[in-house]
Amino acid sequence: MGLKKYIPIPILLLAVVAIQLTTHYTETPFYLTQLTMSAYYALLVTGLCLVMGYAGQISLGHAGFFAIGGYTSAALTTFNFTPVKDHAVLRFFDKFHLLMTTEDMFGDILLNFHPWAACVIAIIVTIIIAFAIGIPVLKLKGHYLAMATLGFGIIIYRIVLATEFFGEADGISEVPGFNVLPGVSVNGDFDARIQNYYIAWTLVTIGLVLLLNLIHSRVGRALRAIHGAEDAADAMGVDTAGYKLNIFVISAVFASIAGIFLTHYNGGIGPSEAGVMKSVRYVAIVAIGGMASLWGALVMAVGLSFLSLRGMFGSYDDAVFGAILILIMLFAPDGLLRLHYLDKVKRFFRKTEDIS
Amino acid sequence: MALLEIQQLSRRFGGLRAVDDVSFSVPEGIIKAVIGPNGAGKTTLFNLIAGNLPLSAGSVSFKEKRISGLKPFQIASKGISRTYQSIKLYLGMTALENVMVGCHTHSSAGFLAGMFNLPWTWKEEKQIREKSMELLSLLDIAEFADTEATSLAFGQQRAVELARALASEPELLLLDEPAAGLNIYETARLAELITKVRDRKITVLLVEHDMSLVMDISEEIVVLSFGRKIAEDTPHAIQTNREVVRIYLGEDDDA
Ligand SMILES: Nc1ncnc2c1ncn2[C@@H]1O[C@H](COP(=O)(O)OP(=O)(O)OP(=O)(O)O)[C@@H](O)[C@H]1O
Ligand SMILES: [Mg+2]
Repeated sequence: MGLKKYIPIPILLLAVVAIQLTTHYTETPFYLTQLTMSAYYALLVTGLCLVMGYAGQISLGHAGFFAIGGYTSAALTTFNFTPVKDHAVLRFFDKFHLLMTTEDMFGDILLNFHPWAACVIAIIVTIIIAFAIGIPVLKLKGHYLAMATLGFGIIIYRIVLATEFFGEADGISEVPGFNVLPGVSVNGDFDARIQNYYIAWTLVTIGLVLLLNLIHSRVGRALRAIHGAEDAADAMGVDTAGYKLNIFVISAVFASIAGIFLTHYNGGIGPSEAGVMKSVRYVAIVAIGGMASLWGALVMAVGLSFLSLRGMFGSYDDAVFGAILILIMLFAPDGLLRLHYLDKVKRFFRKTEDIS
Repeated sequence: MALLEIQQLSRRFGGLRAVDDVSFSVPEGIIKAVIGPNGAGKTTLFNLIAGNLPLSAGSVSFKEKRISGLKPFQIASKGISRTYQSIKLYLGMTALENVMVGCHTHSSAGFLAGMFNLPWTWKEEKQIREKSMELLSLLDIAEFADTEATSLAFGQQRAVELARALASEPELLLLDEPAAGLNIYETARLAELITKVRDRKITVLLVEHDMSLVMDISEEIVVLSFGRKIAEDTPHAIQTNREVVRIYLGEDDDA
């Protein structure tokens, strides 16, 4: 019992390998770059799917969390801290060996944070900000919540755009690779392309397993109850405010990790990643995936991000996602992948499970 | 010892005194009914006890501790469970899942345990599932376990709600018009069930318009009218109480 939820995982892994092999034999490895980036966007979207589809909350600020992760990690690993190295704060970090020095091509010594340290700090910063935003904002409902999270997204966007430390309109470039494990490095080097494709999809798979577990747990049930009838969930002892806050923070961490990894992969991050249109895009993807469907969200995130990154939508990129949102809300509020034959398949599996 | 103690409880909506200076207590282990004409403030009283509405004045104590001011989920975890006059089942969840949510207060797997699917949670989930199935059987709706709860017939929805409330193993069960919309057979079955619940040492506070049900099963009755308590007595005494007959039974004698 309980293993049924993992059935799609091996299928996903097979597809991931099959796609890589296909690009190898058709000599189209350049697709892997967009597929790697799409994987990171998918990581964010699956986290958001839990907030929207399961807890029934909306967030139009998740590009903000992506940017908080990406920018924090980029700044800490790229900014040269040598001029301020005697500052108490830096000495504190140095004591724990969180800093590292490198030599640039002119022979100058650069002092940066180790990517792992930067990654952990970025996640902690995200958690703090997500709690600080979530506590007041999640008291709101419906349109008000949407507007408040939108406001948060705009603030993050303006901050990165206006702060010199974050590179203003240029963003941060020349972000170094992230040696996750010895021999495993997140970077955009040509020969690291296949490795990075697998790193990204490993991360997505881990994220999916964690979220699938959560959905099928006591907490997942409580989240769905909040979605289904909030005051009745409260009356059964579910701390609705606390649960909403926790799932919001978890999804913010997913967004942040996506931002961190994608930034190291791309070697940089710019303000457009923090833009409100990005947040709208993520919401549109969750909606078209079927709101409460992790797999729908995953498939749509990868598919649409891939098409978008390949430039298939041309200069109408954002318009396409806006249009998707309108069409889904009008014609298929349950998402595109919720056709009736899928229900039949589900019922089939349910029957076979009953017998066993 | 009184399990629930309501003291000078009041709730105003603007100028309307929906509950007005009401005091009574519910001794442990009995079935107590609250009756009164439409709009008397019975549901409001339940919402005040369960913490769904802030009170304007007075206090509610449960097991000699003040619970007014606590959030609904905190009150629920102290051992008070309820059903609703207008059924509130979880949309998009099966009957079984609805009842399983009822087990929330007596289980503990949190976010991390859930995300990492820790082995100790498996046993807990299994227990929750078994207990919920038992309750569905008790209420004769086991065959609908995997049906979406909100698509069930009215009487079955009421049964799911009752099962969900029982799943939380409450010490005090608040039932707001549980017989509304049920046919006579279902009502008779309900009466039997409520008595069975009481025999399991669960105290029941019942709001009900069905007078024969109330008179049959309850040991004490409180009568509300326009938010005020006008009588509190045994069923027999209430039936012969002149003011009650005049204010309540008199204007609704077909009940
Ligand atoms: N949220 C609210 N806002 C304003 N007035 C309310 C609210 N809830 C209840 N009332 C009013 O308070 C009074 C008591 O309502 P309540 O629902 O408690 O009555 P009741 O005894 O449960 O009636 P019924 O037998 O019809 O269920 C009514 O006049 C009702 O209109
Ligand atoms: Mg009522």
